Amino acid sequence: MTTAPERIVVVGASLAGLTAAQHLRARGYAGALTLVGDEPHRPYDRPPLSKQVLRGLFSADTTLPHPPDLGVEFRLGQPATRLDLSERAVELGDGSRLPYDRLLIATGTRARPWPDPEEAALAGVFTLRGRDDAQRLGARLQARPDRVVLVGGGFIGFEVASTCRDLDIPVTLLVRDAVPLAAALGPRLGGLIGDVAREKGVDLRLESEIERMEARDGHLVAVTLKDGTRIESDCLVAAIGTLRNVEWLAGSGLEADAGGLRCDAFCRALHEDGGVAEGVFAAGDVARWPNPHDDDALVAVEHWGNARAQGETAAANMLAGDASAMRRHDHLPDFWSQQFGLTIKLVGLAEGADSFAVMHGSLEERCLLAAYGRDGRTIAAASIDSARWLPAYKAAIRERAPFPPIADAVDQPRLRVQEP
Amino acid sequence: MKVVVDLNRCQAYAQCLYAAPGHFALHGKEALVYDPSPDEAARGEIERAVHACPVRAITAYSDDTTAGEAA
Repeated sequence: MTTAPERIVVVGASLAGLTAAQHLRARGYAGALTLVGDEPHRPYDRPPLSKQVLRGLFSADTTLPHPPDLGVEFRLGQPATRLDLSERAVELGDGSRLPYDRLLIATGTRARPWPDPEEAALAGVFTLRGRDDAQRLGARLQARPDRVVLVGGGFIGFEVASTCRDLDIPVTLLVRDAVPLAAALGPRLGGLIGDVAREKGVDLRLESEIERMEARDGHLVAVTLKDGTRIESDCLVAAIGTLRNVEWLAGSGLEADAGGLRCDAFCRALHEDGGVAEGVFAAGDVARWPNPHDDDALVAVEHWGNARAQGETAAANMLAGDASAMRRHDHLPDFWSQQFGLTIKLVGLAEGADSFAVMHGSLEERCLLAAYGRDGRTIAAASIDSARWLPAYKAAIRERAPFPPIADAVDQPRLRVQEP
Repeated sequence: MKVVVDLNRCQAYAQCLYAAPGHFALHGKEALVYDPSPDEAARGEIERAVHACPVRAITAYSDDTTAGEAA
């Protein structure tokens, strides 16, 4: 595996895939480079889709920029359908085969479809993941539905709810859990976001689930909740999570399931027997990797920053020759969300935190920096409209500094450690 | 042109708003929204915004007009 590659195939015309392509070229790779995508679009940016694109601000064309001399052959509108490890080739939907010396798997995720296929097929029932989804839903919102029902208590649900309120469209947000966003932010900050949403006019219903949908002539007209409440609506958005695009790897011998494609610390894909699949790498939402910031617990991070960082690491390692020259993917997970005029940012993973402290600002001001701890160590930090404080805490999380970090600063004399 | 902003990096210093006022805006204190696909005529402004950003969060390139697609 020390021979230099001459043919590199990237499956997934995505942020991770494009980033990898850019870094391959930046590192001097001059051979053939093919990017395969199942959508007809060039790699595009997703975060604006649930916000400004739905709202109709600026352009809906979020194609990602790249240097003009990238030298990539795009194979778009063609899903990869099979991977042949022994022949080192990827098969596409049109039957063509792409041989490779190095392969990057960056097939990402798709929106989890509404579980009842008949209800999912109704006019007025939407999911939001890709550009085409955003275009369809955006067109519907511009036509001003009487009420939008959003299902799902995650960030996409809240961002779309915020966009609907910006457009002055009535919106009901159904959250299965007792506190929204608790897995990512903990109940305190999740609850705060819920309060903000209510103040902005969102009909937020916690511990609420849909029992059935009601249709007329194939169009959604109402939903009935499990508690019997009936809500009239002709527009429903199911933001109920994602599924990893690993089906095409079935039978390949790679260890891939609903949890993602298993890879090692160097982004190398692993066989079902745990051995390294020579020349095959993974990056982005689909990759499940050992997180050095969490004692190598396996994690798949579905965030923009990880797609970029892992695409870069994978590119470097694809050209490294052997493992001694490879570098670990040690990205500290980070993300942002914009909703109801607030910017929420998180570094680290707050899930599993046992303690929480507001380090600057306050919950009441809705302008704050909070740190999360577990077993006496700092594991994550979140900011609401206070992003400039975050980088300092990033260092504390990387070092696993004692919790609370920076305990004796003059501007925070009354630090109170609470439950998250 | 095509523009992307790393909003993990962005700290809302708002210099891009002054450099290219028609293409970047803040909604609230920190929520940056921007034009991902500005007209080529805006190149000067966009490049000023790229260079003005104190955290180097903005990436912009001209549209890719090369025929490299085999779909």
